This record gives sequence, C-alpha cells and structure tokens, in this order.
Amino acid sequence: MMTEIERTPRRAVPLWTQIIVWAFLVALLAIVATGLSRAQEGTVQPGHVIDDFALTMYNGYELDGKSEVNFSDLRGKVVVINFWASWCKPCEQEAAELQQAWTEYEPTGEVIFLGIDYVDTETDARVYMKKFGIRFPNGPDLATKISQYFRIKGVPETYFADKEGVLRYVHVGPFVSIEQIRSQIEPLLR
Amino acid sequence: MTGLKRITSYQSLIAILFAVVIALTFQGTSFAQGREPTDDEVNRIAKKLFCPVCENTPLDVCPTEACRQWREQIREMLSEGKAEEEIIDYFAVTYGERAAGDPRDKVRAYLLPVVAILGGTFLLFRALQMWKKPKAAESTILKKDSPASQQDEYVAQIEEELKKRS
Repeated sequence: MMTEIERTPRRAVPLWTQIIVWAFLVALLAIVATGLSRAQEGTVQPGHVIDDFALTMYNGYELDGKSEVNFSDLRGKVVVINFWASWCKPCEQEAAELQQAWTEYEPTGEVIFLGIDYVDTETDARVYMKKFGIRFPNGPDLATKISQYFRIKGVPETYFADKEGVLRYVHVGPFVSIEQIRSQIEPLLR
Repeated sequence: MTGLKRITSYQSLIAILFAVVIALTFQGTSFAQGREPTDDEVNRIAKKLFCPVCENTPLDVCPTEACRQWREQIREMLSEGKAEEEIIDYFAVTYGERAAGDPRDKVRAYLLPVVAILGGTFLLFRALQMWKKPKAAESTILKKDSPASQQDEYVAQIEEELKKRS
C-alpha cells in the first residue's frame, strides 16, 4: 500500500548546548591528562629556570636579617637549596659538611645557602640545628609548597642554582665530603 | 592558763589545716591546667592526620620518627588547651592539606565536583533527548483526498469483486 509519509522537520541540538558539552568533556580530559603528566614527572631538572618562591626563616636563622626571603631577590648569586629534616638520618651525614661549606663561602658574598626544613616540627628542627652547629639560613617548608614545586622524592636533596636562577645540578642523598659540594659551586662562580 | 594554751593550740591546728587545704586546692588547679593528654586523646586526633612521608598512612599507626614527632606535637598542643579543629587546621596550614586528609574547604572540594557532574549529566541527557525526538516524531499520515488513498480504495474494491466472482 502506498501511503504518503509526512516527515516532521528534524530539530537540531542548540549550539550553546553542544559547545557546553564539548567544553566540559575537553576540560575533563585536560584535567586527567595534567594529573597523569605530573604524576610521571621526576624532580625539576637542570636547565630549568627556578620560579620565584618565598621562604620564611626560623628566628635566629635569617638571611641578612630578613625573616622572609624571595628566591628572585637572590639573583646574581649562586644559591644552594638543601632540603632536610630532623627525622632524616642520612641528613645527619651531610650536616657538618654543609655548615663547613657555608662557613667557607659566606664571606665571599657570592654564594647563598638556604636550608629548607621538610615536614618537620620547629622544636626538633632547632635541636637538630644546634646539635650540628648549623648557622646558615634555614626555614620551614610551609604547606610543603617549595618541595612540591621541586617535586622532591625525599630528603636530603640539594639543588644548585646559578647566578641567573637556573637550576644547574641536583644532588640526591647526602654529600659524603665537602669536596663534593665545592665541585658543584666552583663552576657556577666562574 | 591551761585553757588559753588549749585555745592557742587549737587555733594553730586550724591554721595549719587551712593552709594545707589551700595548698592542695592550688595544686589541684595547676594539675588540671597542665594535664598530660593520654595516648588515646592524642591518637583520636592523629587518626585524622596522615604521615608526611609514607603515603596514605594515618598518623596514629605510622612507626616513623617523623610521625612520632608529629604525635608529640599534638600532645603538646592538647596540653596547651588547643581544640581538635585548631590542631588539625594548624597541621593543614603548616604541612599542607594532604596532611589533614580531609580538605579544609569542603564546599570547593565536595560540592563543586558534584554540581559539575550533575550539570554535565543533565546537559548530556537533554542533548540525547533532542537527538531522539525527531525520529520518534516521524509518523505516517494518510491524507483522505490524496491519490494514494484513492488508489487504496480502488484496490480494495477490485479485491472485493474478485472474491465475489470466485
């Protein structure tokens, strides 16, 4: 039987709906991709320009009398950034070497040592610093922002930045001698 | 004379007793203010915090030195009279939100994702509905005066005639 079929005109999905749906899906994929990418990243690598960060210093361990230091203020100087903790046994192995190195380079005014205390209590940190005679600038890594930026895997880890704020060397684990520290600083002073 | 001595000795005894009571009272007060928190009280809060070194390990069961220091810090803050929320907030600010386990800004952390998922689901549902409706709306409409309907009637008549003749 032949019949006439009347077709109802097809209604298109409104453009705004399509845009929102696709934007939502793209945003979700971007978030997942970013998270996966970050999870696979290792520590910050040499050659990377270190972003500015602020470090609040412990009382008595200020840098040039300042209780807060911005990394960007240290341009023109070699910066040694050492992550440590009082509960970290390997950190004790390098504490004396770091203090000695600071004593050598501090008078030149060309090298800054920054100790960043990782997830530690101030009481125990002070006991540790007193025990090893540490006098160079130190402060806590509040909310672990700095360690998260550097993506450290543990403590101790030491980062050497040149005078332009570019990361030049990463040392994972404790230094075994002061010569190891000097060998990283000297090339950056030239 | 004997009576006077007796009264004097009674007064001295009362004075001594009074002094002892006062001393004990103050001792009791200072003990209550500086009371050492029990391990249970410390662990009740430690259970809600997470080890800064070992992933996903609650602070009350973590054996590391870092966790031991944190538990001591909780004990210290409890003995200072700080409330549980204050202590957890302190840890979140000092060591990051992941130490606290539970996000501080619960609206942003819990409500926004739910709203986003529900909103996205609604939009997808509406989009699917709009795609399906045109298909459901297709229908067969037979017009009375159309040539097709007339032909149907003619065919029906012929079939009827053929039946009569057979």
